[in-house]
Amino acid sequence: MAPPHRRSDRPPRRTPGRLRLARSGPLALLAALALALSGCAGAGDLGGGAEGQRTITIAIVSNPQMQDAIQLSPQFEQENPGIRLKFVSLSENEARAKITASVATGGGEFDAVMISNYETPQWAANGWLVDLDPLMAKSPGYDEDDFIPAVRGALSGPDGHMYSVPFYGESSFLMYRKDLFEQAGITMPAQPTWQDIAAAAQKLDNPDTGMSGICLRGKPGWGEVMAPFDTVANTFGARWYDPSWNAQLTSPQFRQAANFYVDLVRKYGEPGAATSGFSECGTQFSQGNAAMWYDATVAAGIVENPDESRVAGKVGYAPAPIVQKPDSGWLYTWSLAIPKTSDEKGSTEDTWKFLSWMTSKEYGPMVGQQLGWEHVPPGARQSTYRIPEYVEASKAYAQQTLDAIAAADQKKPTVEPVPYTGIQFLAIPEFQDLGTRVSQQLSAAIAGQQTADEALDQAQVYAATVGESYQRQGAGQ
Amino acid sequence: MAAPTTERPPTSTTQDLAPVRKGRVGASLLTVLAWIVGIGFFFPILWMVLTAFKQEADAYTKPPKLFFTPTLDQFRAVFDAGIGPYLLNSLFATVVSTILVLVLATPAAFAVSLRPVKKVQDVLFFFISTKMLPVVAAIVPIYVVVNDIGMLDNIWTLIILYTAMNLPIAVWMMRSFFQEVPKELLEAASMDGASTARSLREVVLPVISPGMAATALICVIFAWNEFFFAVNLTAARAATVPVFLVGFITSEGLYFAKLCAAATLAALPVVIAGWIAQNKLVQGLSFGAVK
Repeated sequence: MAPPHRRSDRPPRRTPGRLRLARSGPLALLAALALALSGCAGAGDLGGGAEGQRTITIAIVSNPQMQDAIQLSPQFEQENPGIRLKFVSLSENEARAKITASVATGGGEFDAVMISNYETPQWAANGWLVDLDPLMAKSPGYDEDDFIPAVRGALSGPDGHMYSVPFYGESSFLMYRKDLFEQAGITMPAQPTWQDIAAAAQKLDNPDTGMSGICLRGKPGWGEVMAPFDTVANTFGARWYDPSWNAQLTSPQFRQAANFYVDLVRKYGEPGAATSGFSECGTQFSQGNAAMWYDATVAAGIVENPDESRVAGKVGYAPAPIVQKPDSGWLYTWSLAIPKTSDEKGSTEDTWKFLSWMTSKEYGPMVGQQLGWEHVPPGARQSTYRIPEYVEASKAYAQQTLDAIAAADQKKPTVEPVPYTGIQFLAIPEFQDLGTRVSQQLSAAIAGQQTADEALDQAQVYAATVGESYQRQGAGQ
Repeated sequence: MAAPTTERPPTSTTQDLAPVRKGRVGASLLTVLAWIVGIGFFFPILWMVLTAFKQEADAYTKPPKLFFTPTLDQFRAVFDAGIGPYLLNSLFATVVSTILVLVLATPAAFAVSLRPVKKVQDVLFFFISTKMLPVVAAIVPIYVVVNDIGMLDNIWTLIILYTAMNLPIAVWMMRSFFQEVPKELLEAASMDGASTARSLREVVLPVISPGMAATALICVIFAWNEFFFAVNLTAARAATVPVFLVGFITSEGLYFAKLCAAATLAALPVVIAGWIAQNKLVQGLSFGAVK
């Protein structure tokens, strides 16, 4: 039997004329496409703005709150007919690499970029960013004094001026299942210690029912496992460097902290901890598979969202657990900055119009009314915490978030003095690489491939190399 | 009496059938193995498509959910995020670079196979050696050059890079197809007075068209899936579909279902291209010109 072939019921030979037509059809289409595109640099230009419109390109990190901003941005365009917005939305790692390359080399693809309190002070010192103080001064009603002081400080350059404006901010706190704690007869202290948490995790961990005592990040990456671990290390009194840049990763405090973290997550942590980051822990906890979760304060938005979470309403929030150093929560903020290249392009004024819209006092209420109050970007403006509807919608965690952010001081991350700033990171350019290398060692310890002490021995070598370069710089000056 | 008659047929059947049965067992084992390998390769794709129809809360659960109420929400979200310009950019970069590759690789492959130029082996090695440097090692100089000539975020930059990237592979592939062409065909053509260009165009090309289709398909797949250059050299105007995909990965939220929906849409054009080329690929090498 002949195979069923679509061509078999066609005439065996097509006429030459038809053949030529059939061949030239796609070619003609292609030529048309080529013509349509040859005049411009890509399809992103198609359907472009009218004459006299300025296009502002913004590189942002694709987190939920940023997606909300993109969704609402047509309203800004309506209010400002002369400006058209274009967003380049990338995942955190890609965005960070791309934005750093573009700003550092003066690529100028972006009129505005989303960066954090890790980049802002460093880039301001390098002269890569536009000073925003004069622009804020020219914007009546912008009220920069309304920013949470800790956040404002974290986004200021060496001269005390702001070089980026916060879109949202976060600290870290402990989320716990109130119902499970009640059943087990445990009460959460107003300020828990890590020993309290370890004891509770031991009691609540039950592999038979698939319940983990605690969810902690273990995934490699300076923004993954290093973030919670650094806060644990800080409160144990550990530090990365002493004031003369001698690496301290094998100090007794650091060893204690690393052994504590690795033991806790290996004994009572989530399954597959060595590959769990924020997203994985968020899923575990909101599916009801973990009794506690220590992570970013913005996690509350996921945990309390009934569409995504099975534990909404059952969760209590406690400050970041401590050992020695009080207030051990981290400080992180996604913020918007204008690269210096915008000055050359002459787009700074128009870009600022958009930045001041997205970080204005009015933005929060607008998001709340149109998308729901749990969508309001938290942790940037104090006035957000005076919106009655927002306070009502987030009463389980709003005050805890605000308190945690307010208490975070990235100039004094640990007990003893240090030569760097930053809580869950070190605000030095080398830290992206150093932090990731150390995190890989720690993650391998969590996976059980080596001990925490072995991980630190290796990490100390990496840290010493970086420290030496600062010691040489110090000697050279 | 009965013994030899009863004895003979079984011996003959065992003798005759044993190899056949063995062959059948071997064949069915191979079939089972092929199915296992096939399913093993296909399963991640199936899972991606399934996940694309889930809600975010169902997308990443332990144990994984096989039965769920399907939803088109994620696809809607992908279209709302504006996949259109990215698809157009990918399509344009892929099609134009593939055409350029074929236009350049065909005469090159001809020159290194049917009408060998001098030092053919060196030439071939040079072609393939350009693929030996990891892309990441070249990205900084490429970025600096592209930035200096003002071609960042321009689709033509990607087209040039994709053409250069696929050209060596295409030359090597096309060469192997050219070598299958019987020498007699060319001799017959030149006896009839055809020039080199004409015999290439009218005699050789029709014979190797299935090979060209295979080469084109490989180029399409490589260009369509290319991520590294695209993410580093484009921004708002010239970004392609793979760059669009990573926009769904968020460090502070759930994204598996949306990412799967976007990836399913992104994979469709390549699947379609493969489908189209498949017909051509099975047509066999020779159209019966010399038989």
